[in-house]
Amino acid sequence: MPQPIRLKDHEKDGRLIRQRTVVGVVAVLLLTLVLIARLYYLQVVQFEHHTTLAENNRIHVQPIPPTRGLIFDRNGVIIADNRPSFSLTLTRERAGDWAQVLDVVVEVLGLGPDERALFEKRVRQGRRPFEPVPVLFELSEEQIARIAINQFRLPGVEVVAQLVRYYPHGEHFAHSVGYVGRINEKELKTLDPVDYSGTHHIGKTGIERFYENELHGEVGYEEVETNARGRVLRVLKRTDPLPGKDVVLSLDVRLQQAAEQALAGRRGAIVAIQPQTGEVLAMVSQPSFDPNPFVTGIGFKAYADLRDSIDRPLYNRVLRGLYPPGSTIKPMMAVAGLDAGVVTPQTRVFDPGFYQLPGHSHKYRNWNRTGDGSVNMDYAIMRSNDTYFYELAHKMGIDRMHDYMTRFGLGQRVSLDMFEETNGLMPSREWKRARYRQAWYPGETLILGIGQGYMQTTPLQLAQAVTLMATRGKWIRPHLAKSIQGAPPVDSAPLPDIALRDPSFWDNGRHGMEMVMHGPRGTARKVGDSALYRIAGKSGTAQVVAIKQGEKYDRSKVAERHRDHALFVAFAPADNPQIAVSVMVENGESGSGVAAPVVKQVMDAWLLDEQGQLKAEFAPPMAAEVPRNAQ
Amino acid sequence: MHSNFDRSLSNEDLLRRRATLLQRLHVDGVLLLLLLVLASGSLFILYSASGKNLDLLLKQASSFGIGLVGMFIVAQFEPRFMARWVPLAYVVGVGLLVAVDVMGHNAMGATRWINIPGVIRFQPSEFMKIIMPATIAWYLAKRTLPPRFKHIVVSLGLIVVPFALILLQPDLGTSLLIITSGFFVLFIAGLQWRWILSAVAAVVPIAIGMWFFVLRDYQKQRVLTFLNPESDPLGSGWNIIQSKAAIGSGGVWGKGWLLGTQSHLDFLPESHTDFIIAVLAEEFGLVGVCLLLLVYLLLIARGLVITVQAQTLFGKLLAGALTMTFFVYVFVNIGMVSGLLPVVGVPLPFISYGGTSLITLLAGFGILMSVHTHRKWMTQA
Repeated sequence: MPQPIRLKDHEKDGRLIRQRTVVGVVAVLLLTLVLIARLYYLQVVQFEHHTTLAENNRIHVQPIPPTRGLIFDRNGVIIADNRPSFSLTLTRERAGDWAQVLDVVVEVLGLGPDERALFEKRVRQGRRPFEPVPVLFELSEEQIARIAINQFRLPGVEVVAQLVRYYPHGEHFAHSVGYVGRINEKELKTLDPVDYSGTHHIGKTGIERFYENELHGEVGYEEVETNARGRVLRVLKRTDPLPGKDVVLSLDVRLQQAAEQALAGRRGAIVAIQPQTGEVLAMVSQPSFDPNPFVTGIGFKAYADLRDSIDRPLYNRVLRGLYPPGSTIKPMMAVAGLDAGVVTPQTRVFDPGFYQLPGHSHKYRNWNRTGDGSVNMDYAIMRSNDTYFYELAHKMGIDRMHDYMTRFGLGQRVSLDMFEETNGLMPSREWKRARYRQAWYPGETLILGIGQGYMQTTPLQLAQAVTLMATRGKWIRPHLAKSIQGAPPVDSAPLPDIALRDPSFWDNGRHGMEMVMHGPRGTARKVGDSALYRIAGKSGTAQVVAIKQGEKYDRSKVAERHRDHALFVAFAPADNPQIAVSVMVENGESGSGVAAPVVKQVMDAWLLDEQGQLKAEFAPPMAAEVPRNAQ
Repeated sequence: MHSNFDRSLSNEDLLRRRATLLQRLHVDGVLLLLLLVLASGSLFILYSASGKNLDLLLKQASSFGIGLVGMFIVAQFEPRFMARWVPLAYVVGVGLLVAVDVMGHNAMGATRWINIPGVIRFQPSEFMKIIMPATIAWYLAKRTLPPRFKHIVVSLGLIVVPFALILLQPDLGTSLLIITSGFFVLFIAGLQWRWILSAVAAVVPIAIGMWFFVLRDYQKQRVLTFLNPESDPLGSGWNIIQSKAAIGSGGVWGKGWLLGTQSHLDFLPESHTDFIIAVLAEEFGLVGVCLLLLVYLLLIARGLVITVQAQTLFGKLLAGALTMTFFVYVFVNIGMVSGLLPVVGVPLPFISYGGTSLITLLAGFGILMSVHTHRKWMTQA
């Protein structure tokens, strides 16, 4: 090996480079021999094999779609199933003039030009060469027979069995579980083309959408030999698909049905949460719709009917319905006021039937125009006294109020795994400046104190807020999935627990709620009296802000749809919370009169056994919890 | 030094006497002849591979014409002139690569193109395929050979910057070719075997360590698929399965021009670009491929002759590296299509459809011609 030298020696350099060039020549010749050897192997040694593959037969790689994971309720009742179904597929490359073949299909099945256009659109979406494209789903026995008889006129057309999603409970879980539908062109662009090469459906809403990755599984494939007409002759190699993971939901089919019955045909929303776990036990948005037609493609007319219905069945009231929370937030306000130090449990406010800001003449009215006299916190929650909370809100101010209510989950997405949950709105000075370019007015703070004004909440947020009352501030995001293939869902962005200066403040708020149900003048004492267990609850009223324009229906009906929405939030048993429920009845007017009985029916369904007795496991622990009466 | 001078003089006399028209035009007849053979062959195969698409053929022919003109112009510049401007070209090239990376990210996706609408549209990474070896040749030509440790480190630095930028685009294939072309200059310059061996020895444990401690499962899966595309028959494996069937069914003599079933029945994807060798192999058989390889080998042989005969160190290093990189293109492309190597997007030189690569390749051969035909200036120095 030549040693490095300082001086340039052209002779030596030239020699070195010549040596290296010789090495290069040897390498080039060797590698060329490798290439020729490879080609010899393919073209001479394996000639027969490849000729067979290329000439007489065709090898194809066919994707095998994975079986979509199933969805169960918490007791193992199946909510989303896979059902075999027959589809008609067309392979463009084998059909010759495929447009003409489609004409024959339409003629044989006696269909019209609309279907013809739909088929053509589906065929044009075909992705890979020689991929059979499904054009018609759910073939009947008769249709299969007709195709079989005319098979000789239909090159490239096949009837194949596929697994198609089926929702045995129909409309009961349309808003929580959602549905799958055909992959559209927009989704096609973002999907992994390999993983979805055999899949025709994808989760569109709800759990089906949120856990799409888990439910879908991994594609398998088989290499097959087909003859020139496209018939599969034999399978050369098969790699099985990996089925999607099963999802067990925390929902309970029986409780869900009981909750829907409790609404008795009224429009509204119900959310029931198990406080200790954050598991959602029931999630109702009424009216609902049957998701099954969406799986194979709902007709235009049927879809238009659903979309344009005045009852808005497609609208998910639990996750997207926005309502001012009304008086339901008073217990949380009370806890916030205690923690902020602006009131004590003993603080009394004199209520003459209205509240006036110092130096202003405007009267903010209590719902009870005659006034309740001197009221303390317990009484104020029990009677839903507005004047007390005007005063509390005024003392606390918007900034602290915004801070506390945000910690209760208002104005943000609270769920772990619900698709398209809306944020709601918890207003603040900054928000108002950005939104309206205006300063915050003190009067706006007052009405926020009773849950009116700019504030917008979903039934789910209210359910979570009352769950936090039940758990004393322990934050677990409400979730629908109990486990995915045995593994519980993981919260990647957990929210911090609400830690109060003095944990006994929770008891003050909770006692007020108990008095609502069981106190001598509680607003929902009628419902409380009939319960076999102690409930802690709070009613609320949400004013109907607007009504859709251009709707024509009779006068009385318009008036009905202008009525306030009835709200009620509660948990029970009061000293050992097992279930927290929030109910919204559209145009129900009275929170304690209309929504509270619904809440109790849901609780009964969960807490009582067949004999109508409180289930043993939910009975209050013997003297475990000291009665907490702040008075 | 003295004897060198004498010999150069005599060489010059010899050249003067034999100077033909081609040499005075700075064109190498052997290279030109072989290139024309390749180009006409390419059009034949392309006609079949593109499904008798005359538009495509015309485009390829005109790209070839433009490339020849470009080659001719490049050949007129003296190597010494090139060496003077190489550092600037390197800086500009790296700058353009940075611009492409930044613009690509702004456009929310990968791009390899500089595009000034109506003015010019090109890939800086193509440009870099020539600038890279030229830069290392320029740098090492001024040092003593074989390169000392310091110079090796600087050279590696010069190679790694454009490599990383092209890798970011992301374009793994081109970035590997760029790194290879830079390495070849070092190799020809006499990079000591102990460095080469220790580099190889270092790569293995690093790769193993990465595999067990750094890579995540899905990344491992990607590497495995990359190394063995047939494990992914729905993605890149599809191409390989089909191209192997196409090549294999060609046999010794092939099915005949325009008679390849695999390519004409749309089984073979990218049949007119990266996978065109499969069409050739199917229609012209083993004999056809060997003839093509022979033409390539003659081109490479001529390039290596030019390397050895070059009178400047810069010329030697650059000519050698360009020639050997050319062989790498051929080897990687055929190896990839026949299932020997992982699938990286490398076109088959002069045969695959695509104007940009054609022009770059011809510019490279223009440099070879320049190195070979500007033989006087050495004696004037």
